[in-house]
Amino acid sequence: MQTKRTVFGNCVLPYLLLLPQLAVTMVFFIWPAGQAVWQSFLQQDPFGLRTSFVWFRNYERLFHDPNYLNALGVTVVFSISVAVLSLGLGLILAVAVDRLVKTRLYSALIVWPYAVAPAVGGVLWWFMANPTIGVVPYLLRLVGYDWNHALSPTDAMIFVVVASSWKQISYNFLFFVAGLQAIPGSLREAAAIDGAGPVKRFFTITVPLLSPTSFFLLVVNTVYALFDTFPVIDATTKGNPQQSTTTLVYKVYQDGFIALDLGSSAAQSVILMLIVVLLTVVQFRWVERRVQY
Amino acid sequence: MVENRPWLNALSHLVLITGVVVVAFPVYLAVIASTRGPNDFYSGLVPLLPGPHALENYSAMFGAGLSTSGAPPLGLMMTNSLIMALSIALGKIAISILSAFAIVYFRFRFRLVAFWIIFITLMLPVEVRILPTFKVVADLGMLNSYAGLSIPLIASATATFLFRQFFLTVPDELMEAARVDGAGPMKFFRDILLPLSRTNIAALFVILFIYGWNQYLWPLMITTDTGYYTVVMGIKRLVAVADAIPQWNYVMAAVVLAMLPPVVVVVAMQRLFVRGLVETEK
Amino acid sequence: MAAITLSDVRKVYAGGVEAVKGVSIDIADGEFLVLVGPSGCGKSTLLRMVAGLETISSGTISIGERVVNRLEPAERDIAMVFQNYALYPHMTVRQNLEYGLKNRGMAKDERGRRIDEAARALEIAQLLDRRPRQLSGGQRQRVAMGRAIVREPAAFLFDEPLSNLDAKLRVQMRAEIRRLQSALRTTSLYVTHDQLEAMTLADRIVVLNAGRVEQIGTPMELYERPASLFVAGFIGSPAMNLVPLAGGSAQAFDNLPAALAEEGRVLGVRPEHLELTDRLAGEGEVGLAMVVTSVESVGAESFLHGALGESGPAIAVRIPGYSRVEPGVRLRAVAPRALLHVFDQTSGRRAA
Repeated sequence: MQTKRTVFGNCVLPYLLLLPQLAVTMVFFIWPAGQAVWQSFLQQDPFGLRTSFVWFRNYERLFHDPNYLNALGVTVVFSISVAVLSLGLGLILAVAVDRLVKTRLYSALIVWPYAVAPAVGGVLWWFMANPTIGVVPYLLRLVGYDWNHALSPTDAMIFVVVASSWKQISYNFLFFVAGLQAIPGSLREAAAIDGAGPVKRFFTITVPLLSPTSFFLLVVNTVYALFDTFPVIDATTKGNPQQSTTTLVYKVYQDGFIALDLGSSAAQSVILMLIVVLLTVVQFRWVERRVQY
Repeated sequence: MVENRPWLNALSHLVLITGVVVVAFPVYLAVIASTRGPNDFYSGLVPLLPGPHALENYSAMFGAGLSTSGAPPLGLMMTNSLIMALSIALGKIAISILSAFAIVYFRFRFRLVAFWIIFITLMLPVEVRILPTFKVVADLGMLNSYAGLSIPLIASATATFLFRQFFLTVPDELMEAARVDGAGPMKFFRDILLPLSRTNIAALFVILFIYGWNQYLWPLMITTDTGYYTVVMGIKRLVAVADAIPQWNYVMAAVVLAMLPPVVVVVAMQRLFVRGLVETEK
Repeated sequence: MAAITLSDVRKVYAGGVEAVKGVSIDIADGEFLVLVGPSGCGKSTLLRMVAGLETISSGTISIGERVVNRLEPAERDIAMVFQNYALYPHMTVRQNLEYGLKNRGMAKDERGRRIDEAARALEIAQLLDRRPRQLSGGQRQRVAMGRAIVREPAAFLFDEPLSNLDAKLRVQMRAEIRRLQSALRTTSLYVTHDQLEAMTLADRIVVLNAGRVEQIGTPMELYERPASLFVAGFIGSPAMNLVPLAGGSAQAFDNLPAALAEEGRVLGVRPEHLELTDRLAGEGEVGLAMVVTSVESVGAESFLHGALGESGPAIAVRIPGYSRVEPGVRLRAVAPRALLHVFDQTSGRRAA
């Protein structure tokens, strides 16, 4: 790994410098993660008196548990929807900004929701979607749709997707704008001289050259949908109705922290860790590839 | 721009204005609601125009809170959030810059091991280790404390990588010149490296402040004493009440207060914010 | 001020690459010594070992009476001027000059006195409150020099300090460095890849090639008696004509002494020592025949480039003034035999 051409010669100092970070990491990251792995192989009897080592039984149980499989399905639908919605809207806004010259005001007005906490964003949309007085149900009634996310699983899913995508649009917008600005103007000019109109140019020049940015954002948005949307769900639907908005992360919390099913919660944590590891590896492969440009 | 097509420009403006409206509308409604009286939310449609009760709602929430919700006054919760956000932001910056300095400017045994341990934190978000982390914090007696709210969150691989990346771009000769000039490692760090990192520190601070302020799951887990509630997690209590008795005027006043500090930070320091966001993802 | 002695200094990198292969040099007190060589010859590594920025694999380096192998750069009483200047970007010029003095605990009055003195010598007094990014390349160079001067060290170390400047400024700063060094009489070790810089600055030059010393000597010694083919080709511009005596290339010469015309030798003659003529070589001269392939005129002088004989090795001839010679023309040239260099092809060393 890279260092400076010359380095300071000191045997104790670097360890002291690293100590705070390593200590916090060991105590609050590595140790608990290890505990989770260990716990995932244990099972307590119903009275909490005896703990036995059960190998992979907690995992087996999970994959035979209809509730867990349901959460898996919910997570997949939810993550894909959030990624598609927030990436799509972010891209449309970014392309519009990229066409114009004076855009600082627009950018400023689109960027700030990034600062809003997911929990707060959830509540804002909870208010918008309130079945009795909310704006969204009111508008939907005008077109003859009776909105009720408290009863309808579909409505509830649509609700959490919209509430979660809202603040992510600004993030995607920022990165798409940066990606678009990195495309040399000469390329588009060359394509224009070659007779490609704006729409054709967008699909033959812009989209391919934007693909590294898009891929990176896809990973980031998936991670966001998987983990950072917990507050949206917890502050609003709480996984209901009929577990239609219970994602994997929300289920870990419910089973472990509320229902205190340690073995199962730990096994779920380990599965989530594997998902993060996978996503991180994918992301870093991408970073390495980008470095070669 | 390649060619001038008025209708495309007009379309772009239209798209952007729609976008801004969609993005801003929920917040607009929240602000409106926070200025109305309690009787405006029983039926029909949410009010779309401001009312006269702003001062009343905000001062009630700030000073007293919603008695039925079991959450303390907003003033207290916001103070807690501020303490938590500042501790996390400053703590992360401090420990990350030191470890990046060690990794870039020294060659020592276990350097690669240290790097990997830091790297692994990327793969272990709070959400995947909820229970065991709670247990560690409980065993250390850090529940219901500011230390418990902040210290477990200050290890950060991204901040360390950002500083490492930046240090690698600082010309080697600067460190060599400082050594010839008689500066030891810590003197070089303080006199040269730290001043040069100023912009990076500021950009990172903006991002990390928002990160700290917006924490939800962590304070939810480790605080049972309402005196340590933070405002973002406290919102949940208010909403639960609002579903039963529609006191949306109070809830939305709280919501506006909860998002104000980070939004102000982003708007006021937009350039640093954008830079911080883009840099931390490299 | 102090003499610097390098004895059998080696540098072996962790990967096993040997960058410096046993170099011994004695630099006298007050001497201006230039290390010159192509990139990768180990000259910068050697300088950085003297500075204490690279460890010494074996051998010893002493500054004054002290062996400095294990000393920190700051303890070696040296000052260094870097190629990219390495000015601290967040400090003003004054703070840049002051930093090393402060770190050594020098009193404020003395610091002020030295800075004023250096600023006057380098004509940067009006820049003292500016920051490096507000300065031009030449001004930064002066500040970097100033930072070395205020220290009043035992030795100056220069690491290609002029290579970031444009050609005109380089000539100007070269003269300035020479002037300052002769005024201060501080022992100086200067690294460059530019032989012209070496020739104009040095009291003595060390030519390095692939980690070894090819030759040590005054600029004139190197010019008049290059010890090896490498030095012959490296010093002087345009480079010395070097003709391997193989495959009958000796036929193109006339009046070449039989003692010199052995196979396996390389004959060298500088372009400026050849004179165009239409006669054969006379007593004490050697002549050659060539075909002109191109002509470069630079005003005060012209260079004829051609091939020896009909299509032999390249030959260049310097002639004063403007030349009307057309490519394709056959010419003869003569040079005094005393200015002829002879090298051994296999060893690369000077034979006569």
